[in-house]
Amino acid sequence: MRDKLVLIGNGMAGARLLEELQERAPGKYEVTVFGAEPHPTYNRIMLSPVLAGEKTFADIVTHDRAWYAENGFHLKTGTPITAIDREKKEVVAADGARTPYDKLAIATGSHPFIIPVPGKELPGVITFRDAADVDAMLRAAGSGRHAVVIGGGLLGLEAANGLLARGMTVTVVHLMATVMERQLDDAAGYLLRRELEKRGLAVITSANTECIFGEDRVQGVRLKDGREIPADLVVMAVGIRPNGDLGKAAGLTVNRGIVVDDGMFTSDPAILAVGECVEHRGQSYGLVAPLYEMAKVAADQLAGVSTAAYLGSVTSTKLKVTGVDVFSAGIFANDKDSEDIVFRDAARGIYKRIILKENRVIGAVLYGDTGDGARLFQLLRNGDDVSAERDTLIFGPGFAAGGAAPDPLEAVAALSDDAEICGCNGVCKGKITGAIQSKGLQSVDEVRAHTKASASCGSCTGLVEKLLKVTLGDAFQQDSVKPVCGCTTYGHDEIRKLIRVQEMRSIPQVMQELGWKTANGCSKCRPALNYYLLCEYPGEYRDDAQSRFVNERNHANIQKDGTYSVIPRMWGGMTSAAELRAIADVVDRYNIPSVKVTGGQRIDLLGVRKEQLPAVWADLNAAGMVSGHAYGKALRTVKTCVGSEWCRFGTQDSTAMGVALERATWGSWTPHKVKMAVSGCPRNCAEATVKDFGVVAVDSGWELHVGGAAGMHVRATDLLCKVTTAEEVLEYACAFLQLYREEGRYLERAWPWIERVGLDYLKRRIVEDADSRRALELRFRHAVSFTQKDPWAERASGAGAREFSPLAEVTA
Amino acid sequence: MRIDWMDVGTIADVPVLGARVVRTADGDIAVFRTADDQIFALYDRCPHKGGPLSEGIVHGRSVSCPLHNWVISLETGAVEGPDHGCAAQISVTLDGGRILLGLPRATRVAHG
Repeated sequence: MRDKLVLIGNGMAGARLLEELQERAPGKYEVTVFGAEPHPTYNRIMLSPVLAGEKTFADIVTHDRAWYAENGFHLKTGTPITAIDREKKEVVAADGARTPYDKLAIATGSHPFIIPVPGKELPGVITFRDAADVDAMLRAAGSGRHAVVIGGGLLGLEAANGLLARGMTVTVVHLMATVMERQLDDAAGYLLRRELEKRGLAVITSANTECIFGEDRVQGVRLKDGREIPADLVVMAVGIRPNGDLGKAAGLTVNRGIVVDDGMFTSDPAILAVGECVEHRGQSYGLVAPLYEMAKVAADQLAGVSTAAYLGSVTSTKLKVTGVDVFSAGIFANDKDSEDIVFRDAARGIYKRIILKENRVIGAVLYGDTGDGARLFQLLRNGDDVSAERDTLIFGPGFAAGGAAPDPLEAVAALSDDAEICGCNGVCKGKITGAIQSKGLQSVDEVRAHTKASASCGSCTGLVEKLLKVTLGDAFQQDSVKPVCGCTTYGHDEIRKLIRVQEMRSIPQVMQELGWKTANGCSKCRPALNYYLLCEYPGEYRDDAQSRFVNERNHANIQKDGTYSVIPRMWGGMTSAAELRAIADVVDRYNIPSVKVTGGQRIDLLGVRKEQLPAVWADLNAAGMVSGHAYGKALRTVKTCVGSEWCRFGTQDSTAMGVALERATWGSWTPHKVKMAVSGCPRNCAEATVKDFGVVAVDSGWELHVGGAAGMHVRATDLLCKVTTAEEVLEYACAFLQLYREEGRYLERAWPWIERVGLDYLKRRIVEDADSRRALELRFRHAVSFTQKDPWAERASGAGAREFSPLAEVTA
Repeated sequence: MRIDWMDVGTIADVPVLGARVVRTADGDIAVFRTADDQIFALYDRCPHKGGPLSEGIVHGRSVSCPLHNWVISLETGAVEGPDHGCAAQISVTLDGGRILLGLPRATRVAHG
């Protein structure tokens, strides 16, 4: 029978231990895992981006229940262990259930530190430690206005930044004179504080909290100097302490944390401990890298390698506040033997300091430009003698190589194989380059899929890209002719050119002529080919439904539960009583569960079942409404403000302009989705400067803007030109769309296309060359003359009816 | 469990490189047709997040799930590439152009 291994704690350290164990001795133990939280394993360090709204909880789950099941581990979440019975070798859960073990691993993490001030138990006072805390903060952010964060360390500042992003006014109260004083020196701390204050955080340093006051719930924080700060929410983020409670109760040796030896064993040889709950050689850790190093050693020991030893960790820190680059490692407090190398560029907000002792790097603080962090951290860990490069150390290895323009690749090439690239997932350089070579990886996405590097917070994406360049050399440099997918060696632009010159007119023909490696392509290349042929041969090419993504095939947006959302077009965002009444009737008639106003000034009917779609469309058609193409790589909406018709600031009739623009351009297929807007004055209420094509009215005419985006990537538009009349707006819009249709790569939004070809190129083709503009406009108008047919009306009247009904129904 | 061979329609009812759905008490079954007129059937749930595989793009002997683009083998139901998982398979045979699904004993088939 297999030995039983019980693991208490399914956090990052625990899950990593299991992962490492599975690599070394799969199936050696029958494993049972207890977690006090109700969740599977998530990346605790990524709670800050969740709080800030940059990620969802699902994004940060690293080991879901399926992973535990696939590996044969019994996972019991929401089941705190209350006692360890070392006599009987059993653990006791909160419900009294007992589970026997041969080997026990404790990974209970840490407790948030609560400062002992009056009022610390008031409702509204929370810590920042786990997913439940984040939920509590988000709830508070939804209703309250003022937050006070006690603690200006890493955790406190991330919490403060997150709450600020959620719309609260936030005051950080910090006991010490400098924020993040454990990681930053005064100078870097000052720069960081200045940046945070610029973003709207209030920071009070040297502030001693006297009490938290409030009647039934928290109302504010009082400082020792008498100042009172109102608060609907108080977050205590002053630090953590190892959670050795279980170990202590069971009689294990516990000081600050559970004491372990170099083999990660506690004072009981059947019990190991890893992670933040541990004290090793007098040191406890609250960062992820040491946990991973401990997990490796513990896994070795469990697998039977009794010589494996943990010798302590050197740690580095990065602050996860978007747009603020801070790096810190090692020791930076000066003593008489240490020396500083300092670089300052106050205007650009850059500060770098390297601390040397006996010609070795013992510490580094980087602010504003942290690109060299990984290299310095490696020098620090290795203890390399740097006297030879001391003169240029602070400028990075590119400078040292000869004073030419620094080559960013050299820094990456110089890293050793065990240099950590992805801190979130603990992936080192050697693992990434090894995977690139052995598995023939070509892209960041592939590296992500195979190694998890850059899959969590993404801050190392640039490094992964550089590793690809370093490893593949010229093979990666040919990025511009990256194949469309694994089915072909041709890139997008080549395929389009060949379709034109060889007059290829069908997907099978393209695949045949260009030597496709697969019988009928894949879900990447087929939709691209279908689009290119459609664009090249308007009115002639027969659209291939089976090469369309589900949404474009079914003319509705598929939702997570397999139902669809239906969005009728509202020209320029205008609607009427009759349309609203018809929509209301449809909602009632088909029991549509959700009705939502979209960001594009339309109405979304959510939860429509596929077989209902044709009837829903027929009813909407009857009231004069047509497909809004909200599901397509096509013109979506033209958002407008009320303009000079109503607004006292309006300079032009932006609503009528928007309606005309939408009437002229709807129904055209494009490489990716296209959003437009028309604002009636530079106050820009229609948010035209974050659209693919934005029009802003001014007294003397219309400004035309291109290449905006406001999704995962936010980008303001570039000004293309100014025109005088509404007719010109239409002409330029059509020309712009056609140029994008003809030269944008499939699934490339307008802005990366513009960045690729350059704004000057667009100006040449659309603004400066009137013949070129008119030719583009004509080709656009010719193309849409075939596609400005309502796809809903065609299907409502029976086209492709079988697509919307089941093949058969089998009843029991 | 006893298997009944259920006639659910003809091969012509399923689009080439496409799929149709058969509704059953145990959940929808996706019936796929490849370019070379092979027919495959899987429960219409991606092992990842339950996406309807019948709405995916069919290529070779695979289908890409419409929700997150996981690629599922029609021959085995297994997830291809770096991801892991398996969709449940249904036996299927062709009898002179008619599609027969191997289903747990059922009583009635209504053709749509």
